[in-house]
Amino acid sequence: MSARIWRFWCVNLGVALAALLTLSPLLWMLGMSFAETGQSSHAKLLFVPDPLVWDHYRELLRDEKIVRGFLNSLFLACAATLLGCSFNVLAGYAFAKLHFKGRDRIFQTLLAALVIPGQISMLPLFLILKSMGLVNSYAGVLVPSMVSIFGIFLVRQYAISVPTAMLEAARLDGAGEWQIFWRIVLPLLRPVLVTLALLTFLGSWNDFMWPLIVLNDSDRQTLPLAVANMAREHVQDTELMMASSVLTVLPILLLFLFLQKHYLRGLTLGAVK
Amino acid sequence: MVLPALIVLAVFFFVPVLAAFVLSFSDFDLYALADWHHLRWVGLSNYVDLLLRPLFWKALANTLYFVVLGVPLSIVVSLLAALSLNSPLLRFKGLWRTLMFAPVVTTLVAVAVVWKYFFHYEYGVVNQFTAWLGLAPIDWLGNPRWSMLTIVIFAAWKNFGVNMVILLAALQAIPEDLYEAARMDGAGLWRQFIHITIPMLAPSLLMVSVLTMAGYFQLCAEPFVMTQGGHLQSTVSVLYLMYDEGFKWWNLGQACAVAVVLFAIILVATQSLRRLAFAQESA
Repeated sequence: MSARIWRFWCVNLGVALAALLTLSPLLWMLGMSFAETGQSSHAKLLFVPDPLVWDHYRELLRDEKIVRGFLNSLFLACAATLLGCSFNVLAGYAFAKLHFKGRDRIFQTLLAALVIPGQISMLPLFLILKSMGLVNSYAGVLVPSMVSIFGIFLVRQYAISVPTAMLEAARLDGAGEWQIFWRIVLPLLRPVLVTLALLTFLGSWNDFMWPLIVLNDSDRQTLPLAVANMAREHVQDTELMMASSVLTVLPILLLFLFLQKHYLRGLTLGAVK
Repeated sequence: MVLPALIVLAVFFFVPVLAAFVLSFSDFDLYALADWHHLRWVGLSNYVDLLLRPLFWKALANTLYFVVLGVPLSIVVSLLAALSLNSPLLRFKGLWRTLMFAPVVTTLVAVAVVWKYFFHYEYGVVNQFTAWLGLAPIDWLGNPRWSMLTIVIFAAWKNFGVNMVILLAALQAIPEDLYEAARMDGAGLWRQFIHITIPMLAPSLLMVSVLTMAGYFQLCAEPFVMTQGGHLQSTVSVLYLMYDEGFKWWNLGQACAVAVVLFAIILVATQSLRRLAFAQESA
């Protein structure tokens, strides 16, 4: 019996400690963002600063580049989510339930293309966008997030479970394909839609390399770009940098906390091939 | 309904990928960017140049170091986390899982900045801890010997949650009867782990390893933000090299050759991992 109790405490304390260790950089970031300037450099192993101050957040709110970056990121993430969901859901549903010539072969080709790293297309994609005049525009940033093979795959895996009999019945009643999609399919696909939306939003919010390549105008910069620039200019100002990191990470962390069930389903649904 | 998605994919993904192959045989540069007539076909010379450049081999070595150290570390950490989260003795499982998953959703740039200060030579938390242990301070990001290792640790911290969740789902799918039968036969925890858990997890472990490996070969943003390539180019990765060639020096032909070589390496590496796993299975 005592061996069991011993093991119980070992497991629980071990996991708690591991979680604390995992979170420690984030907790430190949060603590330092409220510290007075210069505190982090001489305080020893400090996570909760002594006078808690809001100064750095106030400074960030006054910083035009950060505020604009935040709004740009928000706008781009919403637009990417809207676009990504429409294209991927339509395609995913069609691959699951509609019959058309070459369906399975096309789908197999897409799956095989999953192994191609997206970065390979980066250089020519830039040239294509340049010839279309889309460099340094919001549209240019959005292009790669419009369709994702993984997104199509995710929706298809879920849409397969939509009962075909239901669609057949609607067709017999004379409903058009679009009507069926809007009235019957879309409501049934809502859970996977939330998953897809969340994944797309997070992907867009967190993206760094592609906006860095496409955007060179500071007015259109996204928040990660603004933070990276700030990190170069304010190397010494640890506390201010921590506040800007909190500002970047906190919105998506909260979003994840509220919708984590949907997020994790995306991972496991995508993983079971 | 499929058509819009396929057209977008074709124009913005498949055409660029093909174009990358084609352009890797050209001398596409700043002049060609201004006027296509300056474009010339140079055959394999981009590839030959690349293989003759010491920086390419340095970048390749750095990337391999990152993959060889990073992939097993990530997988082991994920597996340990998944196993402990799956323990029947554990309380508040959902809470711990969420907390340990948190780094995955964070913005890379923002947390990379945090890690830079966390691992700071003079007053970073990590060196305060090593000092407390009585060890000499380590210049985690500045010293070429340590900088790549720091990035490996960072990547493992940032990514282990994904594999943890996938492996946890796989662990939960193992039928309880198997363990019960093993206990009846008097197998201890370790033997249960070796003879039931590992074989049952093998497909998931393989998939997770392949995905992690393909992802880690594409290392780029981490060194870009944390070290800008590092002292003595100690953290320049292959993709970083491509980015530098392409968007800093506008040697797009040469950069496309880097992309193609990286693609080939990823393909060979992931396929050999698969091959190896299947050979093990049938042996």
